[in-house]
Amino acid sequence: MKINEIIEKINARAATSLPEEDFELEKAFSSDLMSDVLTLEEENILLITGLANVQLIRTAEMANIDVVVLARGKKASPEMVELASENGLVILETPFSIYKTSGILYSNGLKPVY
Amino acid sequence: MAIELNFTIEGGDFSNAGKASSKIKKVLKQLNIEAKIIKKIVVAVYEAEVNVAAHAYSGNVKALVGENDVVVMVSDSGPGIENVELAMKEGYSTASKEVREMGFGAGMGLANIKRNTDELKIETKVGEGTTVTFSLNYS
Ligand SMILES: Nc1ncnc2c1ncn2[C@@H]1O[C@H](COP(=O)(O)OP(=O)(O)O)[C@@H](O)[C@H]1O
Ligand SMILES: [Mg+2]
Repeated sequence: MKINEIIEKINARAATSLPEEDFELEKAFSSDLMSDVLTLEEENILLITGLANVQLIRTAEMANIDVVVLARGKKASPEMVELASENGLVILETPFSIYKTSGILYSNGLKPVY
Repeated sequence: MAIELNFTIEGGDFSNAGKASSKIKKVLKQLNIEAKIIKKIVVAVYEAEVNVAAHAYSGNVKALVGENDVVVMVSDSGPGIENVELAMKEGYSTASKEVREMGFGAGMGLANIKRNTDELKIETKVGEGTTVTFSLNYS
């Protein structure tokens, strides 16, 4: 799925600026456990999470994650946005729950990591 | 000639844990090291940094980036680890509730460092501190 399509399907708002050229994402993972995210071998994925802290952005940076979706109305702090922008990471905020977000993206073709 | 990088970490300071791994990532990228290799090493460094923030009082990271490998040493003053074999077990954790709420403390860190590196050495003294040293070859 393209980022713009993802944004539209999950009523998301981009907290960071979007890349000039929209790109295709193939896989996603949902987790609140950063320790688990850090064991993924898959790269360039989308992460759906209920967390919203700086450690999430650091984890995404180290794990080569391209997009993080903050579920259920969680907002990115200025510190998170700054750190994400430095590393070219996209943060999206959606009012939908992790379950609903995952379901919508799954049924639109975004594949699971496992 | 190896490039030497040094960083300090404070116990409890989770917003700064990640500075060392972030900088190391940038340096390895500039050296055109393969992305998969970079990810392995920076995930290991990040886990070690988080351990200092979560379990120790203060510490430092020293990375030696060489032509063929990178060696990282993370030393802290802290409580030390009583039973290293147990600490290495996936799922074993003494992390606080606060650490768990941040998404860490699942007891997977040390095992993840081991999985991502070629060599891992843990030297520790109860009541004094811990030094975790690991390396990865990329040639
Ligand atoms: N630097 C350290 N100082 C003291 N104890 C540590 C340190 N690193 C790890 N430990 C101990 O080993 C356990 C397992 O560590 P780890 O596998 O990283 O899991 P976690 O950090 O999620 O608890 C920790 O819960 C802690 O008891
Ligand atoms: Mg840990």
